[in-house]
Amino acid sequence: MAEIHLESLAHSYLEQPTKPEDYAIREMNHVWEQGGAYALLGPSGCGKSTLLNIISGLLNPSEGTVKFDQKNVNGLQPNQRNIAQVFQFPVVYDSMSVFDNLAFPLRNLKYPKDRIEKKVQEIADVLELGDLLHRRANNLTADEKQKVSMGRGLVRDDVSAILFDEPLTVIDPHLKWKLRRKLKQIHEKFNITMVYVTHDQLEASTFADKIALMYEGQIVQFGTPQELFEEPEHTFVGYFIGSPGMNIIEVSIDDSHAVFDNIRIPLAQGLIGQLTKKLSVISSSNIKIGIRPEFVAVLDESADNSYECSVLDVENLGTYKILTLQLGEQKIKARIDEDQIAPTEKAFVLFPEQSLKLYLDDYLVREESI
Amino acid sequence: MNLKVQNNKAWFLVLPVLLLVAFSAVIPLMTVVNYSVQDIFDNSRVYVGTEWYREVLNDPRLQASLIRQFIFSGSVLLIEIPLGILVALMMPTKGRMASLCLVVLAMPLLIPWNVVGTIWQIFGRADIGLMGAFLNGIGVNYNYASNPTDAWFTVLLMDVWHWTSLVALLCYSGLRAIPDAYYQAAKIDQASAWAVFRYIQLPKLRNVLVIGVLLRFMDSFMIYAEPFVLTGGGPGNSTTFLSQTLTKMAIGQFDLGPAAAFSLVYFLIVLLVSWLFFTTITHLDNKK
Amino acid sequence: MSLTLQNISRVVNGESYIDNANITFEPGSFNVLLGRTLAGKTSLMRLIAGLDKPTHGNILMDGVDVTGMPVQKRNIAMVYQQFINYPNLTVYENIASPLKIAGVNSSTIDTRVKAVAEMLHIEQFLQRFPLELSGGQQQRTAMARALIKEGGLILFDEPLVNLDYKLREELRFELRELFKVQNTIAIYASTEPNEALALGGVTTLMHEGKIIQTGPVNDVYSLPNSIESAELFSEPPINILEGAIHNGKATMGDVTFEFNENLGSIDSGEYNFGIRPHHMTMEQKNSNDIALDLKVDVAEISGSETFLHMAGDRITAVAQLTGVHNFHTDTPVRVYLPVDKLYVFDQGGKMVQAPHYFSASHNPEKIKGFANNG
Repeated sequence: MAEIHLESLAHSYLEQPTKPEDYAIREMNHVWEQGGAYALLGPSGCGKSTLLNIISGLLNPSEGTVKFDQKNVNGLQPNQRNIAQVFQFPVVYDSMSVFDNLAFPLRNLKYPKDRIEKKVQEIADVLELGDLLHRRANNLTADEKQKVSMGRGLVRDDVSAILFDEPLTVIDPHLKWKLRRKLKQIHEKFNITMVYVTHDQLEASTFADKIALMYEGQIVQFGTPQELFEEPEHTFVGYFIGSPGMNIIEVSIDDSHAVFDNIRIPLAQGLIGQLTKKLSVISSSNIKIGIRPEFVAVLDESADNSYECSVLDVENLGTYKILTLQLGEQKIKARIDEDQIAPTEKAFVLFPEQSLKLYLDDYLVREESI
Repeated sequence: MNLKVQNNKAWFLVLPVLLLVAFSAVIPLMTVVNYSVQDIFDNSRVYVGTEWYREVLNDPRLQASLIRQFIFSGSVLLIEIPLGILVALMMPTKGRMASLCLVVLAMPLLIPWNVVGTIWQIFGRADIGLMGAFLNGIGVNYNYASNPTDAWFTVLLMDVWHWTSLVALLCYSGLRAIPDAYYQAAKIDQASAWAVFRYIQLPKLRNVLVIGVLLRFMDSFMIYAEPFVLTGGGPGNSTTFLSQTLTKMAIGQFDLGPAAAFSLVYFLIVLLVSWLFFTTITHLDNKK
Repeated sequence: MSLTLQNISRVVNGESYIDNANITFEPGSFNVLLGRTLAGKTSLMRLIAGLDKPTHGNILMDGVDVTGMPVQKRNIAMVYQQFINYPNLTVYENIASPLKIAGVNSSTIDTRVKAVAEMLHIEQFLQRFPLELSGGQQQRTAMARALIKEGGLILFDEPLVNLDYKLREELRFELRELFKVQNTIAIYASTEPNEALALGGVTTLMHEGKIIQTGPVNDVYSLPNSIESAELFSEPPINILEGAIHNGKATMGDVTFEFNENLGSIDSGEYNFGIRPHHMTMEQKNSNDIALDLKVDVAEISGSETFLHMAGDRITAVAQLTGVHNFHTDTPVRVYLPVDKLYVFDQGGKMVQAPHYFSASHNPEKIKGFANNG
């Protein structure tokens, strides 16, 4: 069991990095608490796998330290850190039975025979591998193999954390649900720190209590799935979380309105105050507003503060519909219920004030707390 | 995904090869079968049935060389396979050293067989050979021309020198094909170096080892040029292996009938043992 | 071009890969083959491409039998899961290669390559080599090479599987837009129900080597002809609950409820009721909603939604709820099933009744057709 601290951590694959772009991981400080279920989410190339390998000890960071329970573990091998890792493609020892696979780490640690037997049986029951224990591992299906590789991490009592590197990539969708649920149950049962790397926001948010969203070698937001959805701290978070992502529109500010293409959207007083304050320190014209498709209200008729748009496209996705609307020169997306009849040519949209976010240099401007 | 196209025209393209195989393999083989059941003397031919076979199987000379042959092939496999694996495990995985090692390893394989024999013939000579003279210089009484043990030792050493590279190269390519994740998983599972070898590397090497064992068995079982050049089969008959016995019989004594029968027996032994190797090793996989 | 498969079967070593497939792909249509791994999607594509030969049946292109014709002579392009390009040719040369082989003159090639590259947003990379590009750009190059052969047939074998989730979303949308104006037949294999919905067009469901249903995507989604279809085309999977209908009254466990006015036409007997996860609610909306008392297995929260996995005595169910709901394992919950969103399947798994709301908002003939069949 361990609390994992990353202190002034940075990593570059180059010998002599000079620019920020040379770093796969830009300097960061971060704490993974004992027993948490975390996801490390981001597009490919954002540095998430690099970070995972640094935590597990497969890679040594070029700068900064990794601490497990305040103990510096830089330079320690994965086996000395008591970390388990599950890889993208299932790793099973083909020549062994499922039982031997699960017993392998315990045998390496010289556990007594009866204890191995008990432990393996217990884990096999949790993972529903009981019937397969005496089958050879190379004849299993992908999801069974992946369960075996998870099991090898779970059998050990001394494991301080389990790291998952996109473990569901090769699994069929209908089995992904089952395996993910299994993971969640295991987490509740064993209270082990788990870090789960993925590019799939649904996987991340359904697995994790807290998500670290990575972008260009940095964690741009660390929060609950709900926070990432409702209060994206960076435009990238808005874009990446949600399907489709947040509507983000570049605007200028005029008399407490956000203005684009002759469309004027009123902003909350608190927001304007905060923005003015920030603009007095740094001068920037990179101002954007963002609103999630889920929060855009679509009406058939004009109402107060509604804006008229033309309907470009309707996608029926079964559980809901996605409208593509043209507002001024901008294309915006709105999500409506499956039962709501989609307008065909013309629609009116409302942007509820509490759902309208304001970004300066791509970072969220929060309302002043009064 | 393999791009398999259904097209019967392809058989026409294979026809030349089939003809070639017929001329080069099937027809000569049939001639041998024909010889093995006849007594040929000048132009007269008499059908003798299985007589030659009985004679050959009861010939003590042949029995002795067959036993020698099995001992030799067995020793070759016992030394070269583990040694080849060991060399492959110790080779660097990347960088210049890796390519250098590959070139050095491949070198013995490029030398013609009779030249290998000549090299070792000189190398082992007690009077002027680097190895022979050195051994005698430090007080070891070594002479492959007069001492059967020394002759055996030299022939084995020569074969190991010549062919271990092949096993090593095969294993090296097999090892490179193991994904990194396996090693990482093993590290995390606290596996010792031995466990990594036993449970990851060896199982993944199985296929190349099947090929290695088969190639080395067949080649060593049919060895001819090297011991012929090195020891001429001597001293006495101590390093006379099957193919050499056969040659003596067919060309030296012109006993075509028994030689033909012997060839076929020889061929069947190679076939049978190779088949045994192959099936046992592949069956091991499906068991459990 | 149109493409018809007649009674196509493929058996390899006694194992049936494709079992009596009959289907027609219309000119210019976008078709999604939806099914799990090993359902036969790739096998079917290989037969269409001419890479394999069917054991039985015929393949017709524009009414001409092409069953034995080798792949080289069919006007076909294929895009794979892996990003397959010629590594030693530039992106431009890669895209141009099919036209070069066809002997098209270089000025035509130039305009076509540029047009296709622009459609796929790779016009700025034309002089680079494929391996210098990101995965998404490499796959766009492979798609461009497939698209440049006009008027033929393009097969996509799960082309987006190896890409980031967000890139998939973008490329799906682009493909959908692209094929609105192409007169090529596109056949796209996928394992993901949501992908099929996002791509639109015609959906064909495959299961264990059989084509089990085909039709416009929303029809197949709303009117699955069997439990299998409903399960294949629902993510999270549709909930199936056992029950019975007697004299127009339906029972599910100890709950009895009025189904709807058409229920009388369903014979008495045992049935399976199906309800999609997003139709289950935590609040009672109508007085005739069916209440189920279950225990929470696990709650998955996606930020905007909660997937509540629950279990009861003999049933497991999952509800897709809007908003964030936190539950601990084994908490008792009561969920509601709106009667008008229930599907009814007979003991053999065949659909006999689609949700009431659907018949009201869509055309009722289809529903009748299904009811009569059942």
